[in-house]
Amino acid sequence: MSAVVPAAARSAGRRAPQSRLEAVAGTAFALPAAILILAVLIVPLMVLAVLSFTDYRLGAVGMKAVGLDNYAALFADGVFRRSLTNTFLYVAIVLPVSVFGALFIAILVQARARTRSFYEVVYFLPVTSTLVAMATVWQFMLHPALGPVGTLSVDLGFGRVDLLNDPDLALLALAAIGVWQVIGFNMVLFMAGLSVIPRDLYEAAALDRAGGAVDRFLTVTWPMLGPTTMFVTITSSITAFKVFDTVVVLTRGGPLGSTETLLYVLYLEGFQYFRIGYAAAMTMVLLAFLVALSVLQAFALDRKVHYQ
Amino acid sequence: MRARGLVLPLASHAVLATGAVVMLAPFLWMLLTSIRPPAEVFGTVFRLWPDNFWGAENYWHALTVGRLPRTMLNGAIVCAGILVVQLLVCIPAAYALAKLEFGFNRLLFGLVLVGLCIPIQVPALPLYIALAEAKLLDTYFALMAPFFLSVFGIFLFRQFFRGYPSEIIQAARLDGMREFEIVWRIVLPSARPAIAAFSVFSVVAHWNDLYWPLIVVTSGDLATPPLGILAFRDTETGGNYGALMAGAAIVTAPMVLAFLAARRTFLRGITMTGLK
Amino acid sequence: MRLRGIGKAYGSTGVLHALDLDVRAGEFLTLVGPSGCGKSTLLRIIAGLEVQDAGSVEIGDRSVDDLLPGDRDVAMVFQSYALYPHLSVGRNIATPLEMQRLTLAERLPLLRSLSPRRPRIMRGIRAEVAAVAAQLRIDHLLERKPGQLSGGQRQRVALGRAMVRQPRLFLMDEPLSNLDAKLRVHMRGELADLHARLGATFVYVTHDQAEAMTMSDRIALMDSGRILQLGTPADLYDRPGSLAVAQFIGGPPINVIDALADGGGGVSVGPVALPVPCSLPAGTPIRLGIRPEAVELAGATDGESGLLPARLHRAENLGAEWILQCVLAGGDLLAARLSGAAYNAAALRPGSAVLLRIDGPHVHVFDVQGRRVPASAVSLAAGAA
Repeated sequence: MSAVVPAAARSAGRRAPQSRLEAVAGTAFALPAAILILAVLIVPLMVLAVLSFTDYRLGAVGMKAVGLDNYAALFADGVFRRSLTNTFLYVAIVLPVSVFGALFIAILVQARARTRSFYEVVYFLPVTSTLVAMATVWQFMLHPALGPVGTLSVDLGFGRVDLLNDPDLALLALAAIGVWQVIGFNMVLFMAGLSVIPRDLYEAAALDRAGGAVDRFLTVTWPMLGPTTMFVTITSSITAFKVFDTVVVLTRGGPLGSTETLLYVLYLEGFQYFRIGYAAAMTMVLLAFLVALSVLQAFALDRKVHYQ
Repeated sequence: MRARGLVLPLASHAVLATGAVVMLAPFLWMLLTSIRPPAEVFGTVFRLWPDNFWGAENYWHALTVGRLPRTMLNGAIVCAGILVVQLLVCIPAAYALAKLEFGFNRLLFGLVLVGLCIPIQVPALPLYIALAEAKLLDTYFALMAPFFLSVFGIFLFRQFFRGYPSEIIQAARLDGMREFEIVWRIVLPSARPAIAAFSVFSVVAHWNDLYWPLIVVTSGDLATPPLGILAFRDTETGGNYGALMAGAAIVTAPMVLAFLAARRTFLRGITMTGLK
Repeated sequence: MRLRGIGKAYGSTGVLHALDLDVRAGEFLTLVGPSGCGKSTLLRIIAGLEVQDAGSVEIGDRSVDDLLPGDRDVAMVFQSYALYPHLSVGRNIATPLEMQRLTLAERLPLLRSLSPRRPRIMRGIRAEVAAVAAQLRIDHLLERKPGQLSGGQRQRVALGRAMVRQPRLFLMDEPLSNLDAKLRVHMRGELADLHARLGATFVYVTHDQAEAMTMSDRIALMDSGRILQLGTPADLYDRPGSLAVAQFIGGPPINVIDALADGGGGVSVGPVALPVPCSLPAGTPIRLGIRPEAVELAGATDGESGLLPARLHRAENLGAEWILQCVLAGGDLLAARLSGAAYNAAALRPGSAVLLRIDGPHVHVFDVQGRRVPASAVSLAAGAA
């Protein structure tokens, strides 16, 4: 390509109008987004990282570098450690129930002809509703004296239980609400995954004498849903990891710190006690978890694209 | 064979119906309580349907004693403001990323991908400090600013525009259109489904969001619906459950009704991502 | 329109190599070649949609390198038609005129209603759109959306959108390739008529040699980013400059068999001496390009020399004529084109032994590199005259 006719040298030196136009238009179109992404994401992220090595407090005149002190304090802090345990416990409950429950419901709903869209709406309803509002309803529902759950519990012979004020059960109650909120979302994702499984695979399975419901599930549905399951699992764990609203509305971390979760503790440290440097270190830990999950998700998405 | 053909659907219906009752129970309880007089709420005898219809009183109480209407208005303003800026920023940027060659194309897209895995809780501290320094806390701007940029929106629209036939864009260039005209005359009308889906995603997320408003709003004047419910509950401690349930119904109604009205768009919009 | 030393590369892959081409005003020039030969890229460079790495494009004696696609006064018909999916047929055709005649302010919503001259301009545009639509017989479709049209109708709308601008240059990128076979043949005729009626310059890209042969004034046959040969359809058919050109043009394809120059002004295929004029030294290996119509059946009893013995492999009935696929003694295939009457008279079956007479002066002689051997060109010119 270096053998260029002399007449060409002229246009090779200058940029052609179409390229120039694309460069100018592209820059103009992308500039607001680029500025905003710097302002609300990249710069804050860098500031955050720096803050996590300081003893900055809001309103303080100066600050000094404290190295890894914040991180050391963090892992020595019983509250933080408990919040991590609680968060993982919460995820460990919500995740399997919301994923496998959603898969089970999705398969049942998918098979319904007339009532399918009815169930779809019913199970999805909690996803669109305002969680804070619905949490206050749950609080009332779980009220030991006034709520139907309390009444039911007495009728069934369990006696009066006060789920939200029982240190052993409060997190479980939050997890149940978490499942209630997210299961419809997962169900819809699974239904989308189910709808793209080719029918002839089931027919082939039937010819191979794998005609029963369990056989069909094990030979066709489960393997074909692999990528969807991966995706649902990771998005659900991110959602569960960020549990916050129900804690604020229902327990405020109690009773006895049994529902202190990562985000709730972070919120208190950063925006109630204004120990910014300490909270920044905590945020960095949160970020590490989220990035790890997102990287997993990227791999899952890659596989999903690959399958289809 | 015949027997199983009958048993399985019945069992499946039973499971689904039981689940549906659990899913709907809070909604039903909310609505039933919201029309119950206080005496029946605290009564010892449980009746599903109230003896005395108290709906008017409860809803009137929720609308007048608390500041719910104001918080709903705030919610609408914040959601609309966020959505408008998001669309204005995202769509041109996404078009440029998808169809134009310019200097920092790859770099910007790389940042977008990074941004996809960072929720608001991460930059919240520095943003809060910046807003505090600028004396902008407790303003509509503070409520909206962190969300003006939706990396998810850029990502979504970029994917959509990449699928748009380049030949049509070339035809428009030959017809003499400039790039911004191509975006709003040619590409935008075809992007309506994507815009609708993204709008649902955005509005639902910010109407329901608690974390950020809880941080930047201190005065009641700017409370968003979730904050409004919290405040209303705290003023009604131990008291008027009927009105509280009426308030919850009022706050959650816009999203639920919109969902029932535009089910397909909603499902597409919200399931576009797990990053709720 | 002329191209000077156009070069283009994607990364390290050269797509076009210092390509020169002159297109005469008012002519129908076809760029034809196998897929990936660079013809579509070249067309997009002419339009300004892609930017060449080297060289320049001139339209009407003026370089258009510094003009945007929309300012080059060229119209293009795309393979996918590229109609605006959300606009009606009428608005699709009107768009280029609106862009030309309305200022930016007059195109913006709200603001446009302030312009006093806009209604008059829009009336003019509507009249021109109607006239073009009538010419293309799509005037009853003006209110439809492209999605509601058949392939042939979309094709006409795309043509209309190009015609309405009355451009100096029409560029067409495989516009017929998405149509079914029958409609494609029909549209070939319509496009040729359209060109005659408009008198504008057409540059037409296709991979189909039949389209190139039937419509063009001249054909530029491209391969691997270069023009192999530029000439009239007759030039390319009768005087292919290389074996590649000979093989690309013509259907059924030309027969290629290996031979040796005999040193006495002729050639030999195995033991058979053929009356093909060739002045190369004896023993020079050559390749013969023999069109199926230059092969005919010889009666077995003639006793004349220079006949190729072969065996009939398969006979293909094309209706008016037959194509006989014969196998030579050496195993080479040779196709012969025969009239129905001649085929019936010969009463052949697969496996029958046949003798083939070769029309020597119409045989193309190439060297082993596939270049035309000049000596034969001289004698062929004499033979054709």
